[in-house]
Amino acid sequence: MNKYDAIVIGAGHNGLTNAAYLAKSGLNVLIVERNPYIGGATVSRELYEGWTYTNCSYVSSLLRPEIYRDLNLARHGLQVVPFGGGATLTQSGDYLGSYTNHEVKRREFARHSLHDADAYERFSTDVMRYCRFIRPFLLRTPADPTSFKPKDLSELFFLGKNLYELGEEELYEFIRFFTMSVAEFLDQYFESELVKAALSGSGLIGTALGPYSPGTAYVLLHHYMGDIDGNVGAWGFARGGMGSLAKALAGALQEHGGELRTDAPVAQIRVRNGRTKGVVLESGEEIDAPIVVSNLDAKRTFLKIMDQKDLPDEVVERAQNFKIKGSSGKLNIALDGLPEFPQFPVGCPLIKGDLHITENFEQLERAYDDWKNGTWSKWPYVDMMIPTLTDPTMAPPGKHMMSVFVQYCPAKLADGDWTPDKREAFGQTVIDAIATFSPNFKDLILHTEVRTPHEIEAEVGLTAGNIFQGDLSFDQLMFNRPFPGYAQYRGPVKGMYMCGSTTHPGGGVMAAPGANAAREILADLGRENITPEDFGDD
Amino acid sequence: MRAQYDKEHFRKHSLPTPFYPRMAELSQDSSWHCWKGYLSADYFENVELEYFAIRNACSVMDLSPMSKYRIRGQDAEAFFDRMVTRDMSKLKPGRVGYSVWCNDQGKVVDDGTIFRFGEHDYRLCAYERQYEWLMISSAGFDVDITDETEGVAALSVQGPTSFAVLSKMGLSGIETLKPFGIVHFPYHGGKLMVSRTGFTGDLGYELWVGGSKALTLWDELFEAGKHYGIRAIGTHALDIARIEAGFIQAGDDFTPANHTIRKDHDRSPFELGLGWLVHLDKPNFTGRRALIREKEKGSRYRLVKLDIDGNKPAHASYIFHGRKKVAGVVTSAVWSPTCKQNIAFASLEVAIDDPLNDLWAEIYYQRELQWNRVWQRCRVHDEPFWSPPRRRATPPGLF
Ligand SMILES: Cc1cc2nc3c(=O)[nH]c(=O)nc-3n(C[C@H](O)[C@H](O)[C@H](O)COP(=O)(O)OP(=O)(O)OC[C@H]3O[C@@H](n4cnc5c(N)ncnc54)[C@H](O)[C@@H]3O)c2cc1C
Repeated sequence: MNKYDAIVIGAGHNGLTNAAYLAKSGLNVLIVERNPYIGGATVSRELYEGWTYTNCSYVSSLLRPEIYRDLNLARHGLQVVPFGGGATLTQSGDYLGSYTNHEVKRREFARHSLHDADAYERFSTDVMRYCRFIRPFLLRTPADPTSFKPKDLSELFFLGKNLYELGEEELYEFIRFFTMSVAEFLDQYFESELVKAALSGSGLIGTALGPYSPGTAYVLLHHYMGDIDGNVGAWGFARGGMGSLAKALAGALQEHGGELRTDAPVAQIRVRNGRTKGVVLESGEEIDAPIVVSNLDAKRTFLKIMDQKDLPDEVVERAQNFKIKGSSGKLNIALDGLPEFPQFPVGCPLIKGDLHITENFEQLERAYDDWKNGTWSKWPYVDMMIPTLTDPTMAPPGKHMMSVFVQYCPAKLADGDWTPDKREAFGQTVIDAIATFSPNFKDLILHTEVRTPHEIEAEVGLTAGNIFQGDLSFDQLMFNRPFPGYAQYRGPVKGMYMCGSTTHPGGGVMAAPGANAAREILADLGRENITPEDFGDD
Repeated sequence: MRAQYDKEHFRKHSLPTPFYPRMAELSQDSSWHCWKGYLSADYFENVELEYFAIRNACSVMDLSPMSKYRIRGQDAEAFFDRMVTRDMSKLKPGRVGYSVWCNDQGKVVDDGTIFRFGEHDYRLCAYERQYEWLMISSAGFDVDITDETEGVAALSVQGPTSFAVLSKMGLSGIETLKPFGIVHFPYHGGKLMVSRTGFTGDLGYELWVGGSKALTLWDELFEAGKHYGIRAIGTHALDIARIEAGFIQAGDDFTPANHTIRKDHDRSPFELGLGWLVHLDKPNFTGRRALIREKEKGSRYRLVKLDIDGNKPAHASYIFHGRKKVAGVVTSAVWSPTCKQNIAFASLEVAIDDPLNDLWAEIYYQRELQWNRVWQRCRVHDEPFWSPPRRRATPPGLF
């Protein structure tokens, strides 16, 4: 059959979520994916026999529990397991650990600064206040502040009510917060360089900004606002790698009769008389549908798979100027055994969490300087994890897999294009840095997958390798995401929609954009809303 | 300032206090909880027996986990006067004062006791950790602040025979110690401080020593008390006594302002019935402006002591006006074994036209796994439920 009610382009986790809801509503849905595998940046692949890599995203917290439950993802094989631990290692052989027990965590902070141990309580309370503010908006469509439609007015009222709920004092703070740097934000609480560096990482991940750059405080919040089983700010591993999340979503899609085609890259969205007609694949095959949903980032959607003649000039211009800078790389490493980190006492649980090696803002800012100079960081920020310490399914018993998220790594190098040699040199820089903390690390390496923004763009289709499908800066959030006037998932052409992380509430494995877009599509079709509502007050 | 922990500190969530070896011997069921990072006994043998040690003989409780800070310096009095709501110029050396302190919004950050050792030398004992708050509040004052939580061990010795026990221990001169007074004794090459303070509303003392003298103190105390019904108690027994005495507990009866995430979940001193601690005539203290505004505009809540009909404790019950309109919730409740009353604290929302003479508690209680519900009438009680004269008698009686 070559005619559907709706076609979703891209089987990233948001495309899958969107298609699953459209199918669940009774529509005849097809999802077309360029790669031979699904998941986009939520994917697990076996690139070395016996080892499952979690190739891009590697930990889960943002995934909306309402969707997890509503689409029966548990029955379709998804299990998110929280991990304990994590530490920022220092070159002097010490570290700041993050223990799950409150009192132990506090003593660990007190080991570095008694002041900061107390201040952490105040910091957590403030961050939780902001999380509580922002979480109810994740499963809502942003209001259009220029519209007088009842729906927009009621959304604006909801926004106003929630701002009021923050209280006067907090409201001032919250507004400042959106334009602050993560360094300035943390300076308000802490004195220890190590404590501040350790907490700042969440403000830098995926972002082409340094700790002193305005806007990074919000990025920190973006990484705290998720939860596992109501435990706000907690992160976990998807058992079997993040790919099992995509598989579970595909299961839900198929349960409701949706169709999935891989190896089917879309060349263009077809438009006739200002209306969407369907898509044409790179193979030349045409598929018809009155509704076409793009899971791609805004730049790719409007500049690569749409004919600019079909678009208003304003949209083309906004797409050209859309901020989507690449700053991250990734190493996935198959290990013959567990790497030793001698700075940890025997039996210390910290190794089960996220490990970092940048111990002050200066190192982080210097790392960012390298990016600005068009090269990768000589001493990088890493978010390094060994999921096999928690998840028994990813490598043979006794063997391990390490996932290393790296900043900063530019999409374009000062000395010309990325080459395989440069990629290997980037990978070697990261491995050498880790090896300074782990004497047996290099000897254990069996295989390494090195991904720079170049590979991430080429393989996943994220423009410039930007992990969020567009910078999470204030001017690209809420009703400005991706652009003003187009934040309600509808494209500029009738029947065309967006559902990727490029839309509200943004990047990360959240599934909210996909569900929100489905809600708007169903509303336009006059169908009942079947997407879930926020659980409320956590 | 760094704390003296090494990397190994993670091996146990809760650390033993200096009295732990003796307490562990007495603990029949090893029933402990974590009190700010330290092991604290729920009970040792039996909650009722321990409760009656407080009201009938002599109870001993380990207070060491309490957060303790030493504040010294030229500006120490001025600093406290600025931080807390109470007029601190009235607190003389050798005396202890209870107070609360607020944030700029006039909401209670914590409550605690302030010990004035000398002209420029104080100790603050608080429920929450306050080191950062003290640092913030001390900007511009010539004071030196150290955390003494780890180094100072403390026992609360409470009950009608507590004076007799301390006298028997040889603490001479203690008979003249008035409520909220402090005395120091040389103690085995160190020092022992005794304050006539406590959280039970009864005759009682608190004993403070350096950690290295803790076990000696315990042993001497129990030896002295063996004919006076001395008994180690856990926090469960204390909780009954403090409700009878009308003492609120941070974390139970209110959430400290630095921990409230939701709007209106914090409380002002007025809203906790602690208006008597607020000295608005002081020219300047943290929260003053907001508290003056609250005085003018009215408070959102009031905390009341309730005497409730029947004998089913009203744990977490809703309180209603006329069995119809929700008026508030119970924050602490217990059957009082001494007063033979069903008592509680409740936080009520304040509405001007709501009379307090038609309050009802909706009480759920369980029997053989089945839940039952009763409505009981509540009467507001202005005084503490229990406040015996021996609490203030100086010299105190022997039993
Ligand atoms: C290295 C890395 C690490 C990350 N780590 C984390 C993490 O730990 N936790 C977290 O929450 N988030 C993480 N993220 C972010 C998160 O993974 C992404 O924001 C999210 O997965 C994006 O999902 P999406 O569905 O919106 O888009 P995508 O995953 O980008 O999906 C788009 C899909 O469209 C397909 N496609 C592209 N072009 C075409 C075409 N022409 N025709 C058909 N199909 C096409 C792509 O192949 C892809 O499958 C990470 C991202 C990266 C890159």
